[in-house]
Amino acid sequence: MIDIQKIRNDFPILQREVHPGVRLVYLDSSATSQKPEIVIRSMNDFYKNSNANIHRGIHVLAEEATELYEQSRLKVARFIGAQNPREIVFTRNTTEAINLVAHSWARKYLQKDDLILLSEMEHHSNLVPWFMLAKERGCRIEFIPITSDGLLDLDQYKRLLERTPKLVSFTHMSNVLGTINPVKPMVEMAHHAGAIVLVDGAQSAPHFPVDVNFLEVDFFAFSAHKMCGPTGLGVLFGKETLLENMDPFLGGGDMIKKVTFEGFIPNEIPFKFEAGTPAIAEVVGMGAAIDYISQVGMKKIEEHENSLTKYALECFSNIKWAHVLGPEAEYKGGVVSFVIDGAHPHDVAQVLDSQGIAVRAGHHCAMPLHQKLGISASTRASFYLYNTKSEIDQLVIGLQKVREIFG
Amino acid sequence: MDDFYREIIIDHYKNPVHRGKLTASDFSFEDENPLCGDFIHIDLTLDENQRVKEAVFSGQGCAISLASADLLLEEIRGKTLDEVKNLTKQNVIDLLGIELSPVRLKCALLPLKVVKAAVYKLQEADDKLVE
Repeated sequence: MIDIQKIRNDFPILQREVHPGVRLVYLDSSATSQKPEIVIRSMNDFYKNSNANIHRGIHVLAEEATELYEQSRLKVARFIGAQNPREIVFTRNTTEAINLVAHSWARKYLQKDDLILLSEMEHHSNLVPWFMLAKERGCRIEFIPITSDGLLDLDQYKRLLERTPKLVSFTHMSNVLGTINPVKPMVEMAHHAGAIVLVDGAQSAPHFPVDVNFLEVDFFAFSAHKMCGPTGLGVLFGKETLLENMDPFLGGGDMIKKVTFEGFIPNEIPFKFEAGTPAIAEVVGMGAAIDYISQVGMKKIEEHENSLTKYALECFSNIKWAHVLGPEAEYKGGVVSFVIDGAHPHDVAQVLDSQGIAVRAGHHCAMPLHQKLGISASTRASFYLYNTKSEIDQLVIGLQKVREIFG
Repeated sequence: MDDFYREIIIDHYKNPVHRGKLTASDFSFEDENPLCGDFIHIDLTLDENQRVKEAVFSGQGCAISLASADLLLEEIRGKTLDEVKNLTKQNVIDLLGIELSPVRLKCALLPLKVVKAAVYKLQEADDKLVE
C-alpha cells in the first residue's frame, strides 16, 4: 500500500481550486502527469546553482552541469534496465524518439517493398513517422488487428510475421483502451521472424516496472512528462550495436567528434544523436522524477493503479448508459475510456470540468483506432499514483450530472 | 454549468427544428472538425426573391455544434445571400448566449463555416470565414 495522503501532499497543484470552491480532480495523467514539488525544486536549484552548458566548459558550473546531466542518464538506464547508459538517448519526447528511429535506422536499412508491422491501437506518434518513411522509401505497412475484447490478435500477428516484416513497432500500453500488450513473447516472435522491434513505452514506463533487457526490445521510447518529470524531454533506448551503426539524426554541435571544411566525423553514441544544447534542466528534473517514483516503488504504483482501475470498472458496470472501451481490468493499465449514451465526449468533459474533474475528450491521438471502434470520439479518465477511489466516486457523481442534462 | 448548457441549447440539441436533408438544393456543403469528429452537412434553397427559403442540417456533433447549427439556420431563413455572408463569429456567440473557450468556439463556429462555404460555393471551408 502507498501512503496516498503523503503522496498527494507532494503535488502542489492538487491543492488548487479550478473554479471558486471547487478542488481539482485530475484524471488526465495519460496526457501528462502532475509534478511533485521535489521535481520542480530540482530544476529551480539547477538554474539557481549549477546552470551552465554541458560537455565543453572547463569551469566549475560546466562540470557540475555535465555531471548532473550524465547522472540522470545513468538513472534512466537503471530505471528501465538498460545495461549501459550509452544506450540512452535524450530526445524532445516519445514522438521525436520514434522519428529518430525512422530517420536514422529505418531510412538506412529499409528498402522498397519492405514491410513495417504496426498495430491498430497505435497513437499517431507511432503511425505518422512510418507513413512518412513508407512514402519516401516505398515500404508497405500492415496492422496487427485488435480483437473485440480490445487485445492484439496474436494469431493474426503470427500470420503477419510470416510475411517477414523488417520492423515491428507497437505500443506497450494503449493510451485509449489501456490494454497492456504481451511485449516479451511478441518480441521473441518478431525476432524469430527476423524483425527489429520498437516498443512505444509512453504509457508503460511511468506506470509499472519495465526492463528492456528482459523484454529484449531493440528500441524503447518514452517521455519524462508522463512520469512526474518535465515536458520537452523524451528518451530513446536503443541496443548499443544498433545505435552504433545508425546514421546521425540532427546535425550540429555536440553530435560531432570533428568538423573540417570537408565534412564531419560523428561523435560516439549517445551524443551522436543529441545535437545542440539539450534540455539540461529538464534532464536534471527527470532524474529527480525517477528518484521520486522509484522511492514510492514502481510495483506499488502499479498495484495502486490496478485497484483504482478495478474499482472504476466496477462502478461503470452499474451504469447502463456508459460503455467502457477496452479489455477487462486484468489486461489493462490505469486508463478508462468510455462513451455515454446521448452525450458527446466534449459535452461530457465540459460538464465534468464544471465540477473540477479534468478528463480528456476526443480521439486521444488515435483516430484510426476510434474509426475501428466505430466511434468518432471518447472520454478518457486516467489514473496515477496520486489518484484515489474517492476521486472515482466524484467522476461517477459527475457523470450522473451529465445524464441529468443530456439524458 | 447550468448557465453553459442553457435550456435553449439543450432544447435545440435534443429537439432540432431544422434537422434534415434536401434532395434538391441551391447550396450544399459539409465539413468536419477532425479534432472531435463533429460533422455537419447543410442544404439551402432560395425563394423567388433570392432569400433563404429552406435551410436544414444533418450530421453529428456535440451539443454546442448542433445547437449552433439549429439556431443559425433559424436565423438565416429569410435572409439574402449578402446578409448570410456578413454573419460573424459574434452573431453565433450571441445566438448561443454563452461564453466559449477556444476549443468550444470551434464547435460553435463549424455550422457558420459550413453555411458560408456553401453560399460562397467554395471547395474547402477555411477558418478565416468565421474570424
